[in-house]
Amino acid sequence: MSPTATWVAVVVASAVVFAIKLVGHLVPEHWLAEPRVARTASLVTVALLSALVAVQAVAQGGDLVVDARLPALAVAAVALALRAPFVVVVVLAALTAALLRALGMA
Amino acid sequence: MTRVSSPDPQRDEVRAAVRQALSVAVATGLYGVSFGALSVAAGLSLGQTMALSLLMFSGGSQFAFIGVVGSAGTPAAAVATAGLLGVRNGLYGPQVAPLLGAHGGRRLLAAQLTIDESTAVGTAHPPGPAARAGFWWTGAGVFALWNLFTLGGALLGDALGDPRRYGLDAAAAAAFLALVWPRLTGAQGRLARLVAAAAVVAALATTPFLPAGVPVLLAAAVAILVGMLTPVQPPGSGIQPDPRAARDPATRQDDEPEEGARP
Repeated sequence: MSPTATWVAVVVASAVVFAIKLVGHLVPEHWLAEPRVARTASLVTVALLSALVAVQAVAQGGDLVVDARLPALAVAAVALALRAPFVVVVVLAALTAALLRALGMA
Repeated sequence: MTRVSSPDPQRDEVRAAVRQALSVAVATGLYGVSFGALSVAAGLSLGQTMALSLLMFSGGSQFAFIGVVGSAGTPAAAVATAGLLGVRNGLYGPQVAPLLGAHGGRRLLAAQLTIDESTAVGTAHPPGPAARAGFWWTGAGVFALWNLFTLGGALLGDALGDPRRYGLDAAAAAAFLALVWPRLTGAQGRLARLVAAAAVVAALATTPFLPAGVPVLLAAAVAILVGMLTPVQPPGSGIQPDPRAARDPATRQDDEPEEGARP
């Protein structure tokens, strides 16, 4: 993405995200009270984040690659299961990948 | 939370809300460092990184945006992914708007500050001054610290150089895992875990064939199908401001009420 395209995307995406927030403040309450709508929104969040985990962990261009990212993700999962705070989880994953790469893993 | 009796219980409520707001703001703001560093690692400039934290101001959407940009996705895919992850903020509005009663410019400001954390803290207190204090202090506190720490992280990321050497690419995956984790655990997470598994399969199976960013959107389509077609559970499981949505699992433990999800 060129710098200009990135800027356009930054501004447009920010406007979209703000518009969604504002709509929530303007619509009558009962419009969004439908449980199916609320649940679907929550599931969309889960699906997007899960897909992003997978893609960030193994995708490289159009290929699926197993490298230092996967063991790092496993370490992050263990840290999360032990209720480590967000920052600790992220740092542990980075350290794991950095260490494995220093030892010669891709 | 224990409430001590005092001559002015309402003021105590407000004070408790402000205290809670500040602790949430510090915890959330801190991981703005990871956002700043990862954004620069994904190829965004310092200015673009700061624009995201100032203008978009929604952690999940921001991480998703830089994730798509970093994997060479199209601008359209980046906008769509960030927008879809911002949909839940739209569902928070109807919950906080009646508490705030804001109009005009204040309403615009309230909208911008409507995120997981401000909604969780605001709705955790009885309607009135405490709820308003909880929302505004959390929103403003997170906004200030999130942006400050984004700047710090971006400068740090710039200084580090090759992001892979420091495992920052793995850190991005871990950040998404940490964001989704609270939504997968707990009693009500069964359907969520199912959708998560389907999303992972759909995204990875199509990665070799579709342009970057599109497999992630396909996963969202799976969720919409499941969400609209699966029978709805008894009332009450619906539009509660899911406190587990708060970004930082750590703040969730002591600050926010859970509806029976915790033993």
